[in-house]
Amino acid sequence: MNIVIYDGSFEGLMTAVFEIYEYKIVQPNIVNSNKETGSLFGKVHEVHTNKDKTARVFKKLKDKLTPNAFSNLYKTFLSETREIENLLYRYIAYILSSNASVENDYSNPDVLALQQLSRKVHREKHRMEAFVRFQLTQDQLYFCLIQPDYNVLSLISKHFEKRYADQRWLIYDSRRKYGLYYDLKRVEEVSMRFENDFNDKAALKTICDEKEELYQKLWCIYFGSVNIAARKNMKLHIQHMPKRYWRYLTEKNNIN
Amino acid sequence: MSDRIKEKLNILADAAKYDVSCSSSGSNRKNKDKGLGNASNGICHAYTEDGRCVSLLKILLTNFCIYDCAYCVSRKSNDIKRAAFTVQEVVDLTINFYRRNYIEGLFLSSGIFTNADYTMERLVQVAKKLRLEHNFNGYIHLKAIPGASEELMKEAGKWADRLSINVEMPTEKSLALLAPDKKREDMIKPMQYLKQEILANKEEKKIFKKAPSFAPAGQSTQMVIGATPETDLEILYMANGFYKTMNMRRVYYSGYVPISNDNRLPAIGTPVPMIRENRLYQADWLMRFYGFKVNEIVDKQNPLLDIDIDPKLGWALRNMNLFPMDINTIDYQLLMRVPGIGIQSANKITAARKFSRMTWEHLKKIGISMNRAKYFIHTDSEFEKKDLQPLQIKQIIMQEGNSKYKPNFSSQLKMF
Repeated sequence: MNIVIYDGSFEGLMTAVFEIYEYKIVQPNIVNSNKETGSLFGKVHEVHTNKDKTARVFKKLKDKLTPNAFSNLYKTFLSETREIENLLYRYIAYILSSNASVENDYSNPDVLALQQLSRKVHREKHRMEAFVRFQLTQDQLYFCLIQPDYNVLSLISKHFEKRYADQRWLIYDSRRKYGLYYDLKRVEEVSMRFENDFNDKAALKTICDEKEELYQKLWCIYFGSVNIAARKNMKLHIQHMPKRYWRYLTEKNNIN
Repeated sequence: MSDRIKEKLNILADAAKYDVSCSSSGSNRKNKDKGLGNASNGICHAYTEDGRCVSLLKILLTNFCIYDCAYCVSRKSNDIKRAAFTVQEVVDLTINFYRRNYIEGLFLSSGIFTNADYTMERLVQVAKKLRLEHNFNGYIHLKAIPGASEELMKEAGKWADRLSINVEMPTEKSLALLAPDKKREDMIKPMQYLKQEILANKEEKKIFKKAPSFAPAGQSTQMVIGATPETDLEILYMANGFYKTMNMRRVYYSGYVPISNDNRLPAIGTPVPMIRENRLYQADWLMRFYGFKVNEIVDKQNPLLDIDIDPKLGWALRNMNLFPMDINTIDYQLLMRVPGIGIQSANKITAARKFSRMTWEHLKKIGISMNRAKYFIHTDSEFEKKDLQPLQIKQIIMQEGNSKYKPNFSSQLKMF
């Protein structure tokens, strides 16, 4: 087994793929340098992220893949699941080894796994577009905390930029400690530290716009009123809104 | 002031909830000049405890109503609290909910006050104000009030993404029984008008790309089921007619929630026909996406959908002579008809079998529901050996499968 260490970035991984071919590394085991990996036996090859090598891998893959399949590579990478690097490498190797287009060969376990994982990430992206609940601050910033299962901030950026073009907003991933900030012109990645817990109602009052509490209340009233008690179905409710997301959902924290 | 608005919202959201449509898709409204919002694929921002999607702010402008339809909570003779929003209040609620990412837009309906035109005019005002004064590009669904003038309908279509007129009851007879003030004709006529306008607008847009849109997300309708004795045959033929002749985007089926002691209707405490409603939606999907004809789903011999199995399985069991099919050769249209295989799986199978012969192992991995499908398909070497009768297959599938309705059944029985 040959260990290939990269810096944890998608570009870094692509460089690693390039160098596996370049140095003819057999049986590579790609490892993220930021992650605890335990003991590493075998030869170690360290990758330094390289723009040209990344670009060449991208170009080759773009020739071989439909745009959709190409974007799935990045999506699955964002899942941050264990062994994702090796899955992506095996997938890419399979794509490159074949003359025909094999991205839809779901009889190949790696192709199927990649497709299924990219759907999971896509679903998480969609959930975040749904579950963001902005709160308006005194200086007219709409902000929201999220904790997505996967690292999807970069995937939701466009959606919010297009939709909320006339308001300043901040969406912050409180687990991964960075966020997106839109200043009416462009979206930027930001990292900052929060002192307050925004679910604390007292703290909320001090920083929020005077109307914020009213609209949260109205939203909760609405959420309660549209429910038809005679059709109660908590299983379905939780299936659609799993409990792990409730923490930042206004309607689930503000009842009465 | 804020207490009053809370009370109004409570009353007018509560009264609007029996309109089941919450769809916010099908429009393609772009964000204009860095304004607020856009409308494209539709997002469910929340789900109520009954498991329904909350995508739009769905409210009535008022629940005052001059009509006395027996199945409706807002009927004139019902002794309930009444309220009315001002146009500005609806606009403020919509904008402020939208900015916080609570909703995709507004679904505005209303009880009829004074007359149809007067009511419709106010609905139109809300939409116009949102679009013009607030540059709001989110989704707007307006209820078209039967009997309103064509000018107002036309104006509504200019600002709204979708318009809908509820047909209310599956047959004219039921309508006459429960809503004596309403005439079927008053609903069908504006539907036809909308259909023409929508089609004409589509043609116009082909020539002038910049032509203003008219209800780009089309029209839909709704009927109450389970309040009157119609069969699924009548209901589905009616829906099919709407899809075929009115270009409806959607027909909604709303299981009757008992809200009245009127002896023309199921008594309070009668369970909501949720399973039947779900079977109707499944049948509706088969017609719209799976290429089924309505007479393949219900016919004179089978006027009611099976409650315990879904309509696709029901169809397959009635047509066992067509099965088993060879998973490696049957075409896509037939693949979709196999119980246990949905559109997504059918897509994957057709893609994958170009590369290798499918085995049951492949099919399981792809995610098809083998406990159903295995009775209807075979691969090169694998098939379900037992020679089973349709009824036996149905029993085995029902025993093995854990129908999502089992717990529902029992909880309903417990409740009442």
